[in-house]
Amino acid sequence: MNAVFSFARLGALLMKEFIQMRRDRITFAMMLGVPLMQLVLFGFAINSDPKSLPAALVATSNDQYTRAMVSALQMTDYYRFDYVAQSAEEAEELMAKGAVSFVVTIPSDFARRVERRDSPQILIEADATDPSAASGAVSTLSTVASQALLREQGMQAEAAETAKTQLQVVVHKRYNPEGISQYNIVPGLLGVILQMTMVMMTSMALTRETERGTMENLLAMPASPAEIMLGKVLPFLVVGAVQVAVVLVAAKLLFAIPFIGSLSLLLSAVLVFVLSLVLLGYTISTMARTQMQAMQLTFFFFLPSLLLSGFMFPYRGMPDWAQVLGEIFPLTHFLRIVRAVMLKGADFQAIAGEVSALVLFVFLFAGLALFRFRRTLD
Amino acid sequence: MNAIEVHNLVKRFGTKTVVDHVTMSVAEGEIVGFLGPNGSGKTTTIRIMCGLLTPDEGDGQVLGYDLLTDSLKIKREVGYMTQKFSFYEDLTIGENLEFVARLYQLQPVEEHVARTLEELGLTTRRDQLAGTLSGGWKQRLALAACIMHKPKLLLLDEPTAGVDPKARREFWDEIHRLARDGLTVLVSTHYMDEAERCHRISYISYGKLLATGTVDEVIANAGLSTFVVSGPRLNEVAAALEGKPGVEQVAPFGTTLHVVGSDRKLLEASLKEIKARKDTKVEPGETSLEDVFIQFMAGSKDNMA
Ligand SMILES: Nc1ncnc2c1ncn2[C@@H]1O[C@H](COP(=O)(O)OP(=O)(O)O)[C@@H](O)[C@H]1O
Ligand SMILES: [Mg+2]
Repeated sequence: MNAVFSFARLGALLMKEFIQMRRDRITFAMMLGVPLMQLVLFGFAINSDPKSLPAALVATSNDQYTRAMVSALQMTDYYRFDYVAQSAEEAEELMAKGAVSFVVTIPSDFARRVERRDSPQILIEADATDPSAASGAVSTLSTVASQALLREQGMQAEAAETAKTQLQVVVHKRYNPEGISQYNIVPGLLGVILQMTMVMMTSMALTRETERGTMENLLAMPASPAEIMLGKVLPFLVVGAVQVAVVLVAAKLLFAIPFIGSLSLLLSAVLVFVLSLVLLGYTISTMARTQMQAMQLTFFFFLPSLLLSGFMFPYRGMPDWAQVLGEIFPLTHFLRIVRAVMLKGADFQAIAGEVSALVLFVFLFAGLALFRFRRTLD
Repeated sequence: MNAIEVHNLVKRFGTKTVVDHVTMSVAEGEIVGFLGPNGSGKTTTIRIMCGLLTPDEGDGQVLGYDLLTDSLKIKREVGYMTQKFSFYEDLTIGENLEFVARLYQLQPVEEHVARTLEELGLTTRRDQLAGTLSGGWKQRLALAACIMHKPKLLLLDEPTAGVDPKARREFWDEIHRLARDGLTVLVSTHYMDEAERCHRISYISYGKLLATGTVDEVIANAGLSTFVVSGPRLNEVAAALEGKPGVEQVAPFGTTLHVVGSDRKLLEASLKEIKARKDTKVEPGETSLEDVFIQFMAGSKDNMA
């Protein structure tokens, strides 16, 4: 009998875990239902490039140029003119109340200046308390505005040509030209959902045994720490696989996310990612004494990983130190992989670095868990 | 070789010394009872012996293996039945036994499980969830599961707490049968009748081993004298005796009163007046194990943390 590892004993532990998992109906349903629910909820709800934002218009004259400008702005889908304000003060108040995100002011001399080629101006005030909400709307602005003017002045063709080259602002969104944020959110959600369920479930693995009093018996029997660890985490690979299937199918059916890269490459990367997550959860469970502590530790880990991984905010937009910190979360690496493979069709070469980081996490967490595992009740 | 041979075991939790220099030996094939009030350190001592706790001081051998370095080997050859039911309540009886059989790599699994179920008389309830069993049946399942791998030493922690008398009787018959086949048993209990079914007993209080030996030896070493008082209005007699010099315990036993003390002369002097009453009889009686334990408990402070 090998003291350190035996497949027979691992088999016994796995069988037990699967039976328990099957019997725990509510948890089981949650493991499959929650990902779908979250995907649908967040997939539709989160939008980092919001459209149809409420806006107020302040325009004192009602000439052709002003009308053209307003309709051009409305055509972008970003602006929805809910209010026509009589004065700047009234518009100011609307914005202060939060009733509008933008105030567009077209001065009374606008038409005159256009005709005189005397650098016409319009003023757009954006509520920048949520910068990401306004950024898309603002960035399209100058393009739209100049094109609208050029259209109105259409007769001077060559003048328009020169003006165009001066005025045009190129907004170029690669890989997602329409700026559909679901293309970015949904693959990211795959990682977030996996992280949530995998880490949470496995973080309870040992504390549950301790709280039910079965740990004492388990430790009194000849199961080695490595067997107990694998017995606890491997069943969740299966759960993870089911979740991945659910999310990928839903991504295709509900959100029509393009899938450019190789499915098998993505699945292999997911496997490594899930393995690192369940081992992380298990490591947490070797540190926590109660399920409550396990929960707290999980959340302690969860929030920074969401904020710093590039799921919520653009990774490159963070200061250097935060980017370095972000590297310590498996989610960060997985997000790069999943976006690269699904949306850019990256091959293994392109994601090798990120995959090796995940492999490193697997060994790190496994080692830490084995080191932390208490063979005694001390 | 003794099955258990431990010296000066000490275990502290924080500043509290829960096991205080306990030395104990149990010969092969012996059934030793482990007695003591709640919180006296029985469970902790047993856990040290099966490698579930590391002692802060002391050393010893269990089944010839070193307590400090060979705990894995000890685990494989010891059967430990925990005080609280610690099999899986969400697994069926059969699944629990299969799990244990597989962990100990007993081959073939099905044969071991079927035989154990047969012996337990639980074959028809194989698919019942263990959590739905009554207390007595849980204990029997736990015992069956921990002897399945044919251990050489059984450590039983209050195995019959909350079990009805008939089931207890059967439990002890089983333990004696196993001991005849050479199994060594250390069993903690609160029941006097169970203590009397042991070859030897050890009494622990406040982490200290106070007495050890056969029941008769423990009673004799306690050096107590007991008188049995019979007659009318025993309540009144009891009240009169309470607190008199030499009277250490006054306890009603059915229609008689047991009066116990460690100083025989003083005790007799105090009983003189009662004895003089016409209708009341005072006779020397046998000191029981219970009298001895009550004496021990009175002598040490409350153990409850
Ligand atoms: N893990 C632990 N941490 C702190 N104190 C403990 C622990 N286990 C037991 N104790 C304390 O040690 C004392 C002895 O406990 P125990 O060995 O269970 O006694 P017994 O089994 O004789 O009732 C008790 O006061 C108990 O509160
Ligand atoms: Mg106890």
